This record gives sequence, structure tokens and C-alpha cells, in this order.
Amino acid sequence: MTTHSDEHYYVPHGSHWPAVGSLGLLFLMVGVSSWLNGAGAGFYIMLTGVAIIIFMITGWFAAVIGESESGLYNTQVDASFRQGMFWFIFSEVMFFAAFFGALFYARNMSIPWLGGESNNFFTNLLLWEGYESTWPTNGPGNIGGEYETMPPFGLPLINTALLLTSSITVTIAHHALIAGKRTQLSIFLAATFLLGFVFVYLQGVEYIHAYQDLNLTLSTGIYGSTFYMLTGFHGMHVTIGAIMLTIIFFRVLKGHFTTDKHFAFEAVAWYWHFVDVVWIGLYVFVYWM
Amino acid sequence: MTATTVDTNAADHDDHDHGPTKGIGRWLFSTNHKDIGTMYLIFSLLMFFIGGSMAMVIRSELAVPGLQFVHPEFFNSMTTMHALIMVFGAVMPAFVGLANWMIPLMIGAPDMALPRMNNWSFWILPIAFGILLSTLLMPGGAPAGGWTMYPPLVLQTGDAFPFLIFSVHLMGLSSIMGAINVIVTIINMRAPDMTLLKMPMFVWTWLITAYLLIAVMPVLAGAVTMLLTDQFFGTSFFLAAGGGDPVMFQHIFWFFGHPEVYIMILPAFGVVSEIIPTFARKKLFGHDSMVYAASCIAFLSFIVWAHHMFTVGMPLTGQLFFMFATMLIAVPTGVKIFNWIATMWRGSMTFETPMLFSLAFVFLFTIGGFSGLMLAIQPADVQYHDTYFVVAHFHYVLVPGSVFAIMAGAYYWLPKWTGHMYNEKIGKLHFWTSTIFVNLTFFPMHFLGLAGMPRRIPDYSTQFTDFNTIASVGAIGFGLSQLIFVWVLLTAKKGETATDRVWEGSHGLEWTVPSPAPWHTFTTPPKARIANESFE
Repeated sequence: MTTHSDEHYYVPHGSHWPAVGSLGLLFLMVGVSSWLNGAGAGFYIMLTGVAIIIFMITGWFAAVIGESESGLYNTQVDASFRQGMFWFIFSEVMFFAAFFGALFYARNMSIPWLGGESNNFFTNLLLWEGYESTWPTNGPGNIGGEYETMPPFGLPLINTALLLTSSITVTIAHHALIAGKRTQLSIFLAATFLLGFVFVYLQGVEYIHAYQDLNLTLSTGIYGSTFYMLTGFHGMHVTIGAIMLTIIFFRVLKGHFTTDKHFAFEAVAWYWHFVDVVWIGLYVFVYWM
Repeated sequence: MTATTVDTNAADHDDHDHGPTKGIGRWLFSTNHKDIGTMYLIFSLLMFFIGGSMAMVIRSELAVPGLQFVHPEFFNSMTTMHALIMVFGAVMPAFVGLANWMIPLMIGAPDMALPRMNNWSFWILPIAFGILLSTLLMPGGAPAGGWTMYPPLVLQTGDAFPFLIFSVHLMGLSSIMGAINVIVTIINMRAPDMTLLKMPMFVWTWLITAYLLIAVMPVLAGAVTMLLTDQFFGTSFFLAAGGGDPVMFQHIFWFFGHPEVYIMILPAFGVVSEIIPTFARKKLFGHDSMVYAASCIAFLSFIVWAHHMFTVGMPLTGQLFFMFATMLIAVPTGVKIFNWIATMWRGSMTFETPMLFSLAFVFLFTIGGFSGLMLAIQPADVQYHDTYFVVAHFHYVLVPGSVFAIMAGAYYWLPKWTGHMYNEKIGKLHFWTSTIFVNLTFFPMHFLGLAGMPRRIPDYSTQFTDFNTIASVGAIGFGLSQLIFVWVLLTAKKGETATDRVWEGSHGLEWTVPSPAPWHTFTTPPKARIANESFE
């Protein structure tokens, strides 16, 4: 009989964190919903939910990090985490696919049809007379009023450069980790999350510019809808990724991770490459083409 | 259905707790796949009765023409809520419960791969359905625009609207986490010599189902998020004046929705593929072809979604493509049906309750499959669309399909869970009443639909009266029949003690552990010899 050996898959004791998470989700969802329905108290219920969820995430990850550092995870547990992260990222890809799908459907189907293409001559004549399909558009109803589009070669190009650079720095950091060069690791990891936060900051600047100077808002027809929902969800993911990179940075400073065991680092690096790839899709299809 | 505290494997492990803790903490904080499986199953049974009582309201109202019991608006809420609860609350969690209980036992794993996340997957569900059910009491009533949530109709929902959206988000979150857990468990936790093609069919079908879940639940989340922003934040996804299109919602929704119907039937195929060989006392005919057929069905499920939308206006090429792609699904499904029949061919069959439910499944699911082929024919669908023929079709594949398979699985594995044989006489009574009444309910709906009776309307023309009355009698009978199942469960531990193998013809790793299955099983992977014996 083996005791505490690598043969045993670590099955944790009962954990209260999932239940705390469910409670947080209850407060969050009920809060947001009643707030949207116009009940002012909903806002505070929502904040309570957010606080509970942050508490849950912190506690849950702290427990997992503690278990990992005390050597409870064998290679099989490590493989479970890896595969779990892979499928989680796949689910995120499909979430973005829904919004890209909406963008492509609008551009290639619904807008040309509103302009009378295919067999929609009478739709155009009777409902939206004189509307010519173009892209970008805020639709035949001119929803949101006159606007200007976001030019692709200003801030968005800088942001593209920032994100692509950060993907390189995180890879350099990874190689440094494998080679045991901790200083190089810390420097390039710091560079990565700083580039990430600068990206988010510039995205904020771009939004303010769009709202104040271009009259390009969430309500600017289908162009505004797809522009803000795609870049908005992407920006949210960059923010989450940058926060995760920051936590990994502090774990590096605390001496966590070895040259051959550093799943958390890799998981965050994968996530970072994922938001990078989504951005390339965004830059090409939302800003540029 | 409660797991036991007996722990015969206690000597084999030392790095986790030896038995369940006492009190509510055992369930609330559980990381044990058997306890979590039990909770899933009990939850889904509860939802089955809540959703079922809504069906009783619908059928009572439709028993005779005219309006008798409820307002039309409430009737619409009932059809909407019945569907949401049955799909997301009853059928899906029941299969996840079976997966939780049986997959680790079938592949020789100590637990699910990510036990804490497993707990969270479950405990999100009571929150999600608590929120959804609370909409019944809200100003404007519960959602009444149909479970498909088509805009612009769904945007007329009252205060319930954001609660509907967020409860759907929560159901998706739960499903995605559950599916990730299933995939990782199957890929990473199998006994060392269990190669992929040696896996039992239930494990295989769940692997494919979990892949479908991860691929499409986020798309549903995207679709309902767009509804939310259209309603509250001024976006124009589904507003033609802004360049959007209400039909776009239908495309995104059904890109989720069609794989979703296979999510509800593939695990049923798996359950039946376990049961028929046991009671025919033969190996499953064409195991590998079953795997390929299920994979084909999963692939095809991604390219057929617009057959739900043949009447909304689509280019002709689109209609032709979706029609032919849909018909193609009959090929792999036919492979499965014929394989089950071939498994029974010249077998020495006995007809215990699980086998009866499985046989009824094969026969009645096929009826649902054939009406599906009729609906796939685009020119004919223009006539059938939104009639009771569609209702008959999807209830045939879901009730004597998915639900019967769940019942079959419950009877089949109940002795492994409780350590006692259920009462076979009562089980058979449950089967026969269910089978007679389910046909009485749904078969006449074919005729109603072909004669032109529309769905989702609380009143109808008097020529439809006879078949509607018959269907209502059948529905009440079917609903009452399910109380027999509760009786079976309540007396489940009173029967004779079950052996480890339980059934004479059973095969597979789950039958090598004691009945009832100890709280911890396979803390070390099963030995090659044992494992090999059980695969053959």
C-alpha cells in the first residue's frame, strides 16, 4: 500500500467556496435584474453580490494555491487543470463566436436585404424606401443619429502593437521561467501586465473620444452595437487577464513555480494569447475591413 | 437514493476524508461525485414534477374548447415555463446526475476530475431555477413569449425579463462547468488500460454531449446577452431600423438549440446502449460504429439549425441545404437503432423494468424520428410549422425518448445506488401506465397538427375537441403515473439485498464495486486484470 504517493489523485475535502459562489451569484443576478427594472436598491444588492464573488474567488484560489504549494497535486491533477483550462478557453471562443456571427450576419445578410438585395425588393420599397446598404451603418432608421466611424490606423493600431508585444513578452517570461532566470521572468511578466493595463487605458480613451467627438455610441445602430459589444467584452477579458498576470507576478516574487511545474503561469499565458487572437479578429473585422 | 457511509476501501487511501460529514454540510459542501449525482437526480425529479404540473395546467385548459381555467397570458407563461423547466431543469440535470454517479464508476476513477467545480455546477441550479420560478409572482407575470425567447415578442415581458435572461445565464454556467468536468474526467481519469474505444457507450455519448455543451451554451449566453442589451442599453441587434434583424436571433438561438436537442438525446442513447446488452445477454452490436454514429450526429447537429426556421424567410439555397443536411441525420441515427435491434437478435432476453423502458425507447423514439423526417421536408414543413404536429414530434423524442431513458437508467442503477432491489411489480406498473398514457397524450397530437391546430393557443376550433380531450386524459394519466415512481423510490431500500453484479448479464467496472457503492471507490486505479475482464 502506498501512502501519500503520486499514485493518488487528490480529491479535496468538502469545500464551502462553491456555496459561497452560488450565494454571490444569487445576490448579483437578483441585484442587476431589479436594478434594470428600476429598483434603486438593486444596485446595492448587486454590489453585495460582486463583493461575495470577489471574496469567493480570492478564497478559492488561495486554497488551490496552498494545496499546490504543499505538493498535493500529482501530474494527473495537473493534467486535469490543463484540460479544464483548455475547454474553458474553448467556451470563451464560442461566446465571442456568437458576437462575430452577429457581425457577419448583419454585414452579409440583413443589411443587404434591407437594401433590397436577394428577393427583398419590396421590403426595401415598402418599408425602407431609399435605403442603400453600406457598411458601416446605423440602419435605415438612422438609429443614434449622425456619427463617424473609428479610424483603424490611430489608437487601434497602437493597441494592436501593444497586445502583440505583450504576447511576445509573456513568451519570453515563460522561457525565462523554464530556464530558471527569475529576474528576467519578473521583468518580462511585469512588462506584460503593464502593456495589458495600458491597452485597457487606451481603450477607455478611445471610448471617450468615440462618445464625445464621434457620436459613436452603443445606440448607433448595428455598427455601434457590434463595435461596443465586441470590443467591450474583449476589453473585459483583457482586464481579467491583466489582473491574473499581476497575481502571477506577485506569486513569482513570493518564489512560487518551478522550472517544470508552473501550471498557473501557463494557464494565464494561454488566456493571454487567447485575448490576443480575439483582438486580431476584432482589429481586422471591426476596425479595418 | 442516498449514498451509504460504508467504506470498504478505507484502507486504500489516506489523503482525504474517510466518510461523509454529518448534516447539511455533507450536501452543501460536497466534493463527492456520488452525493452530487444524487443531488442532481433529486433536483431533476423535483423539477420534473414542477414542470409536469404546468403541463397539467396546459392540458386541463385544452381539454375542451373555450377558455375555462386560466387567462391566455398565464397559459402562455405555462407553455414557456414548462419548456424551460423541463429542458434545463429536468432532462439535462438528470443526465448530469447519471453522469456524475456512473462515469467515475465505469472508467475506474476515484471521483470527478474537478470535484469542487462539480459542487458549484450543481449548486448554481437551485439559484437559477429559484430566480426563474420567482418570475411567476412578478408584475407582468412569468415569461410568456415561448422558451425560444424570440424578439420582439420576448421584449414585451414584464419585470420578469432580466430575471429570465440571467437565469438562462446561470443555467449555461452550470452546464459549461459540468461539461468541462465530464470531458476532463473521461479523458484524464480512465483506468490505465481503458483505451478510448474500450469505453462503455454511456461514457462515449457523454463525452460527445459534453463537447456539444461547451460549444453551444456560450452561444446561447451571447444570444440572450444581445436581448438584454437590446432591451436596456439601446443596441440594435434585433431591430431592423438599426440594421439588425429579429431573424438573426433565431439563427443564433438555433445554432445553440439544435445541438441542444442532441445534448438531451445522446446520453439517452448511451443509457439504452448499456441496458439492452445486459438484458439481451449479448455484447452491444457494433460498439465502434455506435461511436462513429454518435460523432456524426454531433457534427451534423451544427449544420442543420435553420430547419427550425423554414417559414421565416430564407434564401432558397439555404432552405435546400438545411433540408438535406437534416435528412442526413437519419443515417447515423438509423445505424444506432439497427445496432440495438441486432444486439437483441437471438439474445436470451428478459424483460425487467429497465429493459421495458429501453425497448419502449427504441420503438417510440423512432416514431419521433420519423415525424422529424417529415418536418425536415421544407415544402411540407410550411404546412406543419407551429402546429401540434411539431408538439407531437418533439414530445415523442423527449418523453418516451429522453425521459424514458432516464427512467430506464434509474431502475437499472438503483440497486447499485441503494444496495437493494426495487419492487419489480411496481416498476412494471409504472412502465405500463407511463407507456399507455404517453401514447394516449401525444399520438393524437399528430392528427391535430396535420389538421391544422396551432401550438401555444389556449383555445381551439370545435372540430379538434375529441383528440384534445383524449390527449388531456392521457396527460393527467401520465402525470399520475409518475407518482408510482416516487413510490418506487420511497420503498427502494425495502427490497431484497442486491448483489454486486445486480443483473445476470451486467458487464463493466461499475458492477465490480459493492452494492451499494461505497462512498469512495477506485481510490487506486482498478487492476488491469479486473478491468479487462469487465470490458470483454
